[in-house]
Amino acid sequence: MAGIDVTNLSISFPLYHGDARSLKKSMKKALGGRSSPGRLARDERNRVMVQALSDVSFSLNPGERLGLVGRNGAGKTTLLRALGGIYEPVEGRVTVRGRVGTLLDTSLGMDHELTGRENIRLRGLFFGLSETAIGEVEADVEAFADLGTFMDLPLKTYSSGMSLRLAFGLATAIMPEVLIMDEWFMAGDAAFMQRAASRIAGLVEGAEILVISTHLPSIIEKWCTRVIWMDQGRVRMDGVPADVLPAYLEAEH
Amino acid sequence: MRLVYRADMNSIERSDQDDGRPPQSEPMAHPTPITDEPHVEAELAARRDEPVMDLMPERGFGHISHAVRDIRESLRLFRLGWTLGWLDIKLRYRGSLLGPFWVTISTVILVAAMGMLYATLLHTDLKSYLPFLCFSLVLWAYLGGTVTDGCAAFTNVSGLIHAVRMPFSVHVMRVMVRNFLTFLHSVGVIIVLFAVFRIAPTLNWSLPTGVCLWMVDLYALTLTLGVLGARFRDMPPIAGNILQILFFVTPILWKPDLIYMGRQYMLLDPCYPLIEIVRGPFMGTPVRPSIWLMASIYSVVLWVVSFLLFARMRGRLAYWV
Repeated sequence: MAGIDVTNLSISFPLYHGDARSLKKSMKKALGGRSSPGRLARDERNRVMVQALSDVSFSLNPGERLGLVGRNGAGKTTLLRALGGIYEPVEGRVTVRGRVGTLLDTSLGMDHELTGRENIRLRGLFFGLSETAIGEVEADVEAFADLGTFMDLPLKTYSSGMSLRLAFGLATAIMPEVLIMDEWFMAGDAAFMQRAASRIAGLVEGAEILVISTHLPSIIEKWCTRVIWMDQGRVRMDGVPADVLPAYLEAEH
Repeated sequence: MRLVYRADMNSIERSDQDDGRPPQSEPMAHPTPITDEPHVEAELAARRDEPVMDLMPERGFGHISHAVRDIRESLRLFRLGWTLGWLDIKLRYRGSLLGPFWVTISTVILVAAMGMLYATLLHTDLKSYLPFLCFSLVLWAYLGGTVTDGCAAFTNVSGLIHAVRMPFSVHVMRVMVRNFLTFLHSVGVIIVLFAVFRIAPTLNWSLPTGVCLWMVDLYALTLTLGVLGARFRDMPPIAGNILQILFFVTPILWKPDLIYMGRQYMLLDPCYPLIEIVRGPFMGTPVRPSIWLMASIYSVVLWVVSFLLFARMRGRLAYWV
């Protein structure tokens, strides 16, 4: 059974580069627009640390679709990356059961010099698939992304819509049980959105987990069964969209 | 298929039979299941165990076991590492006319020019010097390329590291494959020279042992430099400077038998035993036991240092790159 458990997760980034002291001052100015006690701290070795997440806890069961909302810099992307296992916890614990698919930035770790086909192949190899299975993934992504001859051209020649379709098709072709997604993919055109919608619907109907970070209330209303409102790296509110969304929108506007 | 580009359009359009199709796509034929891939599903279902990712701060022995798991998983992903390295090489030659042959040609030119010059300067016999120089230079280029590349093993792929969780050793393997394939470009030159000058390798245990030690050492070196390079961006110039000095200190341009008095001090240069255990067996010249001993000692030290460094820092790499 797929599932996510996060207990007391804290993540902080060390600031190594440049003059840490003056950087500290400038970061404090940038981060502390409104009251921000302690996003910057010093650890025992006197390094300057940026506290990106502190003491985040929640659990997700199959069928739950979690939306993350919050201002820029609230820690949404860091939390997504921690769920994807990219940032290992500095404190606390993250447990994710099930095959994870991460859609974190538009490049998806794809190489822009390589062709669409080569990138699909690499993704297949990453999942340890055989050549036959990779062929199937290729056919599926080709049909979904509708790239035509562009499949054999480097990604750098693609329009943003095309790379979006390729990335989305690829991330959903190898059925993840847990899909972790940043908001960027909502930038597609109307026709794409329609197709993506049916694909996400198919994904979620299989009693899997979706975690999505977004600024758009419409996406939360449409997709999510639960919302976590992140603020200054902490969970400010956690509940059903009907409760959290109005409170969030009121606080932000 | 042919591509047509029209000046008044922003995109390239296909000009073949499926032209008549409306640009908007019809809704998906089968909404659930969203994909039609029997083999993929079968293969994924065949793995009984559900993948579980359980992450928490590493304590003590956890560092070691996680690092071992990272390396083990990367070996399972060997095809991925190989393909990544292979595509890097393929990419390098897109849009190049002679492609890989440039490397071969450069080797030929370098060896010919240096061979003539140094054979005269050092008053040595061209017949024995030229194959020696060729093999040494190619081997040194392999080592130097790996060192330079190794410093950026993780920083070069920050996009990939931030996009998807993957064993970090896959990136090390990618660098290994890339540099091995680059090395293969020059192998032809060596074979030709060896055939012309009738150089026969020593065919016994020493040849495979030397090659294995060489490969494993390069792996450990890449791992160390990759981790250090991710943390300290000054690594490439530091490594470059050290390499430049070692190039002249190590017997690459000159034969080691030019020095007899105090030749044991030469063993203090870690590159010398490392190169000699490969060069000796291939060139059919005897390798002193002291060289084997030093090569083994240096290797063990390198492995221990690189493994402990990797084990300690693996969890932090994503934060650094």
